[in-house]
Amino acid sequence: MAASSVNIVIGGEAGQGLVTVGEFLARALARAGYALVVTQDYQSRIRGGHNTFAIRVDAKGVLAPTDSIDLLVALSADTLAIHKDRLTPRALVLADAAAGLDGLPGLAIPYKDLCPKPLYENMAALGVLGALLCLDPAWITGLVREKFARKGEDVVAANLAVFAAAMDWTASQQAAFACLAPPTHQGKRLLLHGNEAIALGALAAGINFCSFYPMTPGTSVVQTVIDHADALGVVVEQAEDEIAAVIMALGAAYAGGRALVSTSGGGFALMVEGVSLSGMLETPVVIVVAQRPGPATGLPTRTEQADLDLVLYAGHGEFPRAIFAPGDLSQCFQLAHRAVSTAEQFQSPVFILTDQFLADSFRDTEPFALAELPPVPRPLTAVADVGGYERYAVTPSGVSPRLVPGFAATTVVLDSDEHTPDGHLTEDLGVRVVMQDKRMRKLGGMMQAALPPDLYGEAAGTMLLTCWGSTLGAALEAAQMLRERGEPASVLHFSQVYPLVPDTFVPLLAAARRTVMVEGNFGGQLAKLIRRETGHVFDAHVARYDGLPFTAGFIVDKLLEVAR
Amino acid sequence: MSAATPYGEFETAWCPGCGNFSIRKAVVAALTELKLPPHKVVFSSGIGQAAKAPHYIRVNVFNGLHGRSLPAATGIKLANPDLTVFAESGDGCSYGEGGNHFLAAIRRNIDLTYIVHDNLIYGLTKGQASPTTPLGQKTKTQPHGAPSQPFNPLAVAVTMGAGFVARGFAGDIEHLAGLIAAAVSHPGFALIDVLQPCVSFNKVNTYAWYKERCYRLGNDHDPADRRAALEKALEWGEKIPIGILWKSDRPPFGPTPKAPLATAEPNMAVLRDILESYA
Ligand SMILES: Cc1ncc(C[n+]2csc(CCOP(=O)(O)OP(=O)(O)O)c2C)c(N)n1
Ligand code: SF4
Repeated sequence: MAASSVNIVIGGEAGQGLVTVGEFLARALARAGYALVVTQDYQSRIRGGHNTFAIRVDAKGVLAPTDSIDLLVALSADTLAIHKDRLTPRALVLADAAAGLDGLPGLAIPYKDLCPKPLYENMAALGVLGALLCLDPAWITGLVREKFARKGEDVVAANLAVFAAAMDWTASQQAAFACLAPPTHQGKRLLLHGNEAIALGALAAGINFCSFYPMTPGTSVVQTVIDHADALGVVVEQAEDEIAAVIMALGAAYAGGRALVSTSGGGFALMVEGVSLSGMLETPVVIVVAQRPGPATGLPTRTEQADLDLVLYAGHGEFPRAIFAPGDLSQCFQLAHRAVSTAEQFQSPVFILTDQFLADSFRDTEPFALAELPPVPRPLTAVADVGGYERYAVTPSGVSPRLVPGFAATTVVLDSDEHTPDGHLTEDLGVRVVMQDKRMRKLGGMMQAALPPDLYGEAAGTMLLTCWGSTLGAALEAAQMLRERGEPASVLHFSQVYPLVPDTFVPLLAAARRTVMVEGNFGGQLAKLIRRETGHVFDAHVARYDGLPFTAGFIVDKLLEVAR
Repeated sequence: MSAATPYGEFETAWCPGCGNFSIRKAVVAALTELKLPPHKVVFSSGIGQAAKAPHYIRVNVFNGLHGRSLPAATGIKLANPDLTVFAESGDGCSYGEGGNHFLAAIRRNIDLTYIVHDNLIYGLTKGQASPTTPLGQKTKTQPHGAPSQPFNPLAVAVTMGAGFVARGFAGDIEHLAGLIAAAVSHPGFALIDVLQPCVSFNKVNTYAWYKERCYRLGNDHDPADRRAALEKALEWGEKIPIGILWKSDRPPFGPTPKAPLATAEPNMAVLRDILESYA
């Protein structure tokens, strides 16, 4: 019988080509119509160490990575030792015949015989995997042709020959491994990682200025923008540091650009003065903070959700801000677009919290519906009354007409000091109060526009797994597992973590039989925020801060531990 | 506020007799000479007494954070190359807090004019040593004398092959106005370090002290001669040269956008193709 789901883990040293094998296979599976989640685990080094590229593929749908392994491709001897405890009863190990299987069930692949050069071992591994999964070889050969076309027909032919030889060899082995059931998706699917989706959503919203200082895992957002900058007319500058990056973005936004910066916690720590500046100048900027474990440099290539507090409180003084935390690919795209809109509408800093897991997690998705995106507010390039124009005109909503300098025959004055409506600095304390009231009124508008948390299932009488950001998929699977065990469970997911509107979720928390906060940090940052804003105290916490993403198995095991 | 000149007249928060007044006059004279309409000119400034200067001229103003006039100015210029962009601030703001940005702006050669009010002291915070305070000069917070060698912005800029490097003196407004106009006309990063007496906190480097020492560079100085420029940058003490020390023909930073980003809309057809490429 065909298997509906397979978890494939490719392990090896950095530089051994595991990502090449993994990306080829993942893209071929996505094109064939399968659902998948790819996770990458790697060390902070360019060569050596032990890394994995995991593809969890399913004929219908898949939400999160899992711990158990059905196919383990061992490119280095370490792989077997590290992962053999996670093998399922039906698992096969694919190892180099020269290294051996160490007594585990599997195939010893004669890479030496199959490949004219070690360079082709990737293709041999792909051939073996393709054959075991019963994937139509055309999906892989098509990709090989596309990828190597530039290198010439000889290279394409040589790669295809190795691939075919490996397929044939595998067929001759008659390994007992259930084929993957036929995929259910019809039509075109995209395969991309969370940070790519964030960048594309921001570009769809008209982002045309991007300044940055490199820091993993924030860089891949900028890298995606750079990949398309020429085609879309985006100005990108690598700044001398994060302070410059964010201030440059504010300068560009003042002059009418739509600005995005992307960084990680350590870089964001440096940007903090720019956050207050954005609040005071009422000049929009979208800041993507890709979380990784801290404090300080922490675990540079691993994941965590521990920068909510930093982003929530970043900056001195009080000013309105909004914080989005996408949970899946579609949210990455849609919320990035919404973040740009929110920043432009309220002329405030707006944040997107992503993390290493989302950054490196490739998934399949339906193509995004560009035509359905709402329009994004724009600053003004003309005003009716040039003589009476005031950048900080006091309005009921707190939002003032934002004119871009250089277009109308009047000047636009911004000041980081407290200022009068025309932007000039003042020490009139009455004006201070008027201006602070005006700025803070924007928070009311932001609350009206805020996204309520998404409830998956029924709240009443259930165990309500509450989470935010990238934990969504694992929480949904964990709830499913709990229900299968007879425990009614649902998920409440916050894709916007600030501002919170208590009315939209407090009744749900109150109706639940038991509320559990699942978040990727030690202290329970969202749980504490909710407690402060609503008084609700969660019954239990599932925390993960070992650098790895949540899996359903991890959540359920922890819940059982708590229950004991 | 009625505009006596197109650039306005404003009440200032400066001490009577401060060099800032003369620098303001020189800036207005240069803008007037260049016939730049106020709405096409942007000043980015940091924090300090000097940084308030753009508030006292009718132009577009981005008065941001301490040390950050240059990154903001860079973002402004990159978003709209049609604007004439200035950054203006004090020596503490420019060379202390903003030191890294100063080096980066020189390397970028971004097309803007950087006017530094160099009073060799922190004014707004009431008289601490700045990066340009001479070694051993006593201040309230350096009672044993400034302990570090002063920063030489001109020598650094010349050594790095900056676009345009000049020194002005607040006591010579006409000359300074000429320097500013020349700096604006130069395509690329133009530094004008302006010697500015601070009558409240710097009792050593006074008007009289500068008047005795400052001299205008003559026609015999060739601003294309890097070695001569460096020699002039290092000349300090009995005689202090003012004028254009160095000019390079380095191309300015680019590419910059063809049209201001404010009027650009994303091309959805192109974006659709880009999304397809992820299939
Ligand atoms: C981040 C930050 N640090 C310190 C200050 C305090 N501060 C304000 S002005 C200033 C120094 C100003 O000196 P200078 O740039 O030489 O300008 P001047 O007042 O002499 O014209 C300092 C340290 C500040 N505003 N922001
Ligand atoms: S403190 Fe010095 S620099 Fe500042 S305004 Fe007064 S005299 Fe001028």
